[in-house]
Amino acid sequence: MEKVLVAMSGGVDSSAAVKVLLSQGCEVAGATMHLYTNEDIEVREKTCCSLSDVEDARLAALRLGVDFYVFNFAEEFKKRVMDNFVETYLAGGTPNPCIECNKHLKFGSFLERARLMGFDKIATGHYAVIEQSPEGRWLLKRSPDREKDQSYVLYSLTQEQLAHTLFPVGAMSKSETRRLAGESGLANADKAESQDICFIPNGHYADFITARAGEQPHGDITLLDGTVIGEHRGLINYTVGQRKGVRVSYSEPLFVYGKDTERNALIMATAAQMQFMSLEAGDVNFIPFDTLTEPLRCTAQTRYHQKDMPCTVYPTENGIRVIFDQPQRAISKGQAVVLYDGDYVIGGATII
Amino acid sequence: MSVYADNAATTAVSKRALEAALPFLTQEFGNPSSPHAWGRRAAAAVLAARQTIAERLGAKRANEVYFTSCGSEADTWAVAAGTAYGRRTDRRHIVTTAIEHHAVLGACKNAEEQGFEVTYIRPDSSGMITAEQVIAALREDTCLLSIMAANNETGVILPYDKLGAECREKGILLHVDAVQGFGHLPINVAEQQIDLLSVSGHKLNAPKGIGALYCRSGVFLPKLIFGGEQERGRRAGTENVPAIAALGAAVEELFEQNEEKNARLSLLRDRLREGLLGIEGASLNGCKDRSLPGIVNVSFEGVEGESLLLLLDMQGIAASSGSACASGSSEPSHVLRAMGRTNEQAAASVRFSLGFSNTEEDVAELIAACRSCVERLRSLRG
Repeated sequence: MEKVLVAMSGGVDSSAAVKVLLSQGCEVAGATMHLYTNEDIEVREKTCCSLSDVEDARLAALRLGVDFYVFNFAEEFKKRVMDNFVETYLAGGTPNPCIECNKHLKFGSFLERARLMGFDKIATGHYAVIEQSPEGRWLLKRSPDREKDQSYVLYSLTQEQLAHTLFPVGAMSKSETRRLAGESGLANADKAESQDICFIPNGHYADFITARAGEQPHGDITLLDGTVIGEHRGLINYTVGQRKGVRVSYSEPLFVYGKDTERNALIMATAAQMQFMSLEAGDVNFIPFDTLTEPLRCTAQTRYHQKDMPCTVYPTENGIRVIFDQPQRAISKGQAVVLYDGDYVIGGATII
Repeated sequence: MSVYADNAATTAVSKRALEAALPFLTQEFGNPSSPHAWGRRAAAAVLAARQTIAERLGAKRANEVYFTSCGSEADTWAVAAGTAYGRRTDRRHIVTTAIEHHAVLGACKNAEEQGFEVTYIRPDSSGMITAEQVIAALREDTCLLSIMAANNETGVILPYDKLGAECREKGILLHVDAVQGFGHLPINVAEQQIDLLSVSGHKLNAPKGIGALYCRSGVFLPKLIFGGEQERGRRAGTENVPAIAALGAAVEELFEQNEEKNARLSLLRDRLREGLLGIEGASLNGCKDRSLPGIVNVSFEGVEGESLLLLLDMQGIAASSGSACASGSSEPSHVLRAMGRTNEQAAASVRFSLGFSNTEEDVAELIAACRSCVERLRSLRG
C-alpha cells in the first residue's frame, strides 16, 4: 500500500485529492506548510497559507479522518520566495513567486520532509497530469480542463520530483472536484480560490516592496528614442505591458515597454512598437529530456493565463533563446517561459 | 514502544486528581455560592483545595490563593498587580528577564504601552541569571520584579529565592512564575518574601484549565473579571469546582515523598543528559549544576529540530523544540536567542522533559532513538 502525504490547504482541491487517494486504497496523511504569520505580512485577511488556513486544513483532515502535520518553513519561504520577490522587482523584473514556492518549498522541502517521514509520495491539488513514458521518463501534461490547467507553474519539476508526486485531481474538472469535496461534507467546499500571491492578499505589490526596500526613487518616463515625457513614481509601481495608470499623455495609447534600472527610467512604446520577436531565458529545466542540443520547434507561453505561441527554441550558453513566429506584445523579465509540445510540457526557464 | 517526554508541555492527569474531580462533575454538582447543602459541599471542596495549595506554598492564609484558568492568567494578573501598585506609588519601572514565559513578556509589553519602562535581564550562555545581576537592575522607581523560578525550556533554576529581602526593603513587589518549578523546587512565600506567585495545574498532573495565583494579603490585587463575589470579588465567575478539587489532590500527591520522587527524576535526567551529550555534535542548552529535575535541552549540530521531532514522533516519542510551529509561532526560541544562540542553533534544539512516571527503560529508549534519528538526518544531508 502506497503511503502518500497530501499537501493540504483546507481548500477544495487538496481535500478532494485526499478523497481520491483514500478511495484508491492509499495510506494517506495530510500536512500544511506554515510559511509566514499574518504579522509578517501585516494583514488579517485569509490567504492560502496563513495560520487561520492551517486550522482550515487541520479541520479538513479531521473530517477526512487522516493524520495531519504542520511543517514550519517560514524561514525558508522568506529567503526563497519573499526576498526573491522583492529582489526581482527591484532589478526591474516581474517575479512569479508561485513557481519559486513550488520549486523550493512544495516540491523541495515538503517532499524532502515527507520522504524523511517514510512516505513514498506526496500529492497536491494541482491541475496537471503526470505520465510515464514507455522508456520510464516522467512526463508532465496540461490538465484537460484548460481553464484550470496549472502546468505553467510546474515546469520546474525534476524527474526525481515527478517520480514522487501525484496530482489526484489533475485530470478532473473543477466541478467534479467540488462535487467530490462536497460529498465528503467538507465545510470548506465552497472556499474561494486562492489569490495570485498568497503573501500579498490585497494585491498592493508596491506597498509590500516599499515596506521592505524603502521608498523607490522617482525617475523619467521616456519613449523608445529617449525623449522624456513624464516622471514615474518608482519603477516597482509598473509592469511590462501595462497601459492604464502610467499618467502620461501622448498622441496615441502608450504601453510599458521595459524598465532601464541603470538610468531608473520607465520606457514606453506605442502598440505598434510593442513587438517582441525573441527572448532569452536562464535556469532551464527540461522534462522529456535532460538537455537541448539542437533547435526545437514548439510553442511557448510567457504568462500564466495566456495562449502558447509557436516558436523555435535554441540552446545558448546560459540557457535558451526563444524566437517566436509572430511578434509578442509583452514579455517580462523574471516571468517564466514554459515550452509545450501539444499538451506536454517540454520545460521552461526564467526570462532574463 | 512509545515514550512521552514532553512533561514540561503538559502532563497526564493522575488517578487521584481524576478521582477528586469526578464527584463534582456528577452528584456533587452544586454551585459553591449556593447556600444549600449541594452548594456548601462544593464550597468546602474549593476551600480545601485552596488550603492545601496555601500550605504547600508556605502562605499564611488560604484566602491568599486565587484560582485562575491557567498559568498565563496568573502571570497576567500578577503583572497587573505590579502596574497597579506602580501607578499608586508613581513607580514606573519593571524588572524582568528576557527568558520569561510569553505570558509575562506579553504583560510587560502591554505595560510598556501604558508608559512603564521594562528592563529585561539577559542570561549568560548557559541560561543563568545571578541574584547580583537582578539586584543591580532594581531602581528607586521599580514597582515590580517578575522572575521565573525555573525556565521551562532549559530547566535552569533562577535565583528567585534570593531576592525577596532586597525587594521588600526597597518596596518592590516580587512575582515568581513557578509554573515549571512548583513541586520541584523549595518554595516558601513567607520565608522567601515572595508577594505574588503563579502555578499551573496541568504541569503537575491536574487537568488543563486550572491555575492559581498567590497574592500576599496586603498587596492590592486589581479586579480581573467583574461580576459576583468569587475569588474575593477579584475574579468573578462560578468556580471550576472539579478542576479545583483535582488541583488540590494533585498538589497533595505531588508533595508525598516529594524529595524521593525528585531525586529519582534527577537521576533519570542525568542519565538522559549524559546519553544525549554522547551523541556526536550535541551541546547542552542549559546549566548542569542548576537545573530542574526533568528537563534536558540539547542542540545537535547540523540537525534541524523540527525534522528530528517528526522522526521521533514517527517512533512514538514525544518531545518538543524551541520552534513550536503548531502553536503559531515561527520564531526561534526567545530563550535560546537570549542565551546567545544563533537562529540556526536555536532551530536545532530539542527539549526532553521527563515526568515522575518515566522509567529507566524510557531513558534508554530516548537516547537510542535520538541517536539513530540524528544519524539518519545527518546521512540524508550527505
